[in-house]
Amino acid sequence: MNQEIYSKLKDIIKPYLPEDVNPESIEPQSHLVNDLNINSTHLVDIVLDVEDAFDITIEDDELNKMDTVAASIALIDEKLATR
Amino acid sequence: MQNHRVVVTGLGVCAPNGVGVPAFKEAIENGKSGIRFYSELEKLNFSCQIGGMPLISEAVKSKYFTPLQLRNFNAAGILYGVAAGIEAWQDAGLKIDDEQCDFDSGTIFGVGTLGVDKYRESIYKVDEGNTRRLGSTSVQQTMSSGVSAYLGGMLGLGNLVTTNSSACTTGTEAVLLAYERIKYGKAKRMLAGSTSDGGPYVWCGFDALRILPSKYNDKPAKASRPMAADASGFVPGSGAGALVLESLESAQQRGATIYAEILGGHSNSGGQRQEGSMTAPNPIAVKRCISDALIHAGIEASAVDVINGHLTATTKDDLEIQNWSEALGRKGADFPYINSLKGMTGHCLAASGSIECVASVLQLKHQFLFPNINLEQVHPAIAAQISETRIPRTKTDLQFNILAKASFGFGDVNCCLIFSTFQS
Repeated sequence: MNQEIYSKLKDIIKPYLPEDVNPESIEPQSHLVNDLNINSTHLVDIVLDVEDAFDITIEDDELNKMDTVAASIALIDEKLATR
Repeated sequence: MQNHRVVVTGLGVCAPNGVGVPAFKEAIENGKSGIRFYSELEKLNFSCQIGGMPLISEAVKSKYFTPLQLRNFNAAGILYGVAAGIEAWQDAGLKIDDEQCDFDSGTIFGVGTLGVDKYRESIYKVDEGNTRRLGSTSVQQTMSSGVSAYLGGMLGLGNLVTTNSSACTTGTEAVLLAYERIKYGKAKRMLAGSTSDGGPYVWCGFDALRILPSKYNDKPAKASRPMAADASGFVPGSGAGALVLESLESAQQRGATIYAEILGGHSNSGGQRQEGSMTAPNPIAVKRCISDALIHAGIEASAVDVINGHLTATTKDDLEIQNWSEALGRKGADFPYINSLKGMTGHCLAASGSIECVASVLQLKHQFLFPNINLEQVHPAIAAQISETRIPRTKTDLQFNILAKASFGFGDVNCCLIFSTFQS
């Protein structure tokens, strides 16, 4: 797992966490909605922030691949490789 | 049909001349203007380069919104409405339950526009083919009911949560509708209010109508001159006002502070017939609205001590005075005291009615009249109808019981409320 992406992604996710979820609880296997309790409508905002931070484009049909932190990192890694 | 007495137990305000009730009360007592020059309007070649916008600090913003809610947030009308609404709720001593909704409490929070800057931002993205980059909150920040939706969630309201819209009558109408809901037993508590954003993209249409003053860009505080001989148009404003209305029973059970009672009110339309049009009032309807409000409140015209008028500082001010005078059958020195808040705040459009209701209730509770500012010479057509002694130009302490508040709006719509000091 790419640690640099992991670190940047955690910073992107933090503002979207509900107040009662500790940012320290973000782990690679965390499910964004089910574990971190992020409001599902905010997933589109996270995608936009990811696109800006990594200068990549995530297609609408790839959204569902970003269900966990690790899966999101894999997708970002893949996008960066084919950029 | 149930028939509950309805009282005001909480106030909140976000006005050009004061954010928060304590600052606003001090401002209106001292005749402080909130009208300022905006270089952005000058740059855009507006004739009228002045206006009224509440000064909201980052500290106030973060008091009412989470950092997440403020991400990509650009809807001033929601900001103002939430600040006023939450202030009123807390002022009433009402708790916010984070777990359960309260089916006895609701809101009617009116709007003209509230997120025009957000809408503009979105339109630019859409036109660039970038709709996918709008983010998740452009709907809630631009829908008319955005403010009631934000407030409903923040306060956990489980009764009616809605937004009314009737141009410059909106705020007064929201209070009337909320009053009726409690009176008829459908809710125990209602947050009534209204909001309007401001700035070039909200005010442009009025500038285009040439009904805003253009000669005061270098002296903004002097521009808004209701009832004056030299009044030259209304100064555009923005902001929000909010009142917690409550059944007397609920207020007494909670031991709440009661600011005032609402005895009744009425709303109607002139149908854009007779002299009425999209932009001008049908005087027959205005007078009928006032008379019906009195009938509904169960008081005689002679009982009205004070009028808080609509009085925008256009050429229609004398017609408004004439309508009041004829509706009440009172003139000269027998006319009630009358004042207009717009000299200090400008015309806050959809927010004007609720901000002015807050000012009205403060006057009743603290037994004073705020001054009519910028009134060097009363318009002769007004002076011909009522005594100038009825138009206070300085803060005046006054023992009184009944205040009539009316607002009139585009579309030939009218609303009149009758407030009273609370007597158990």
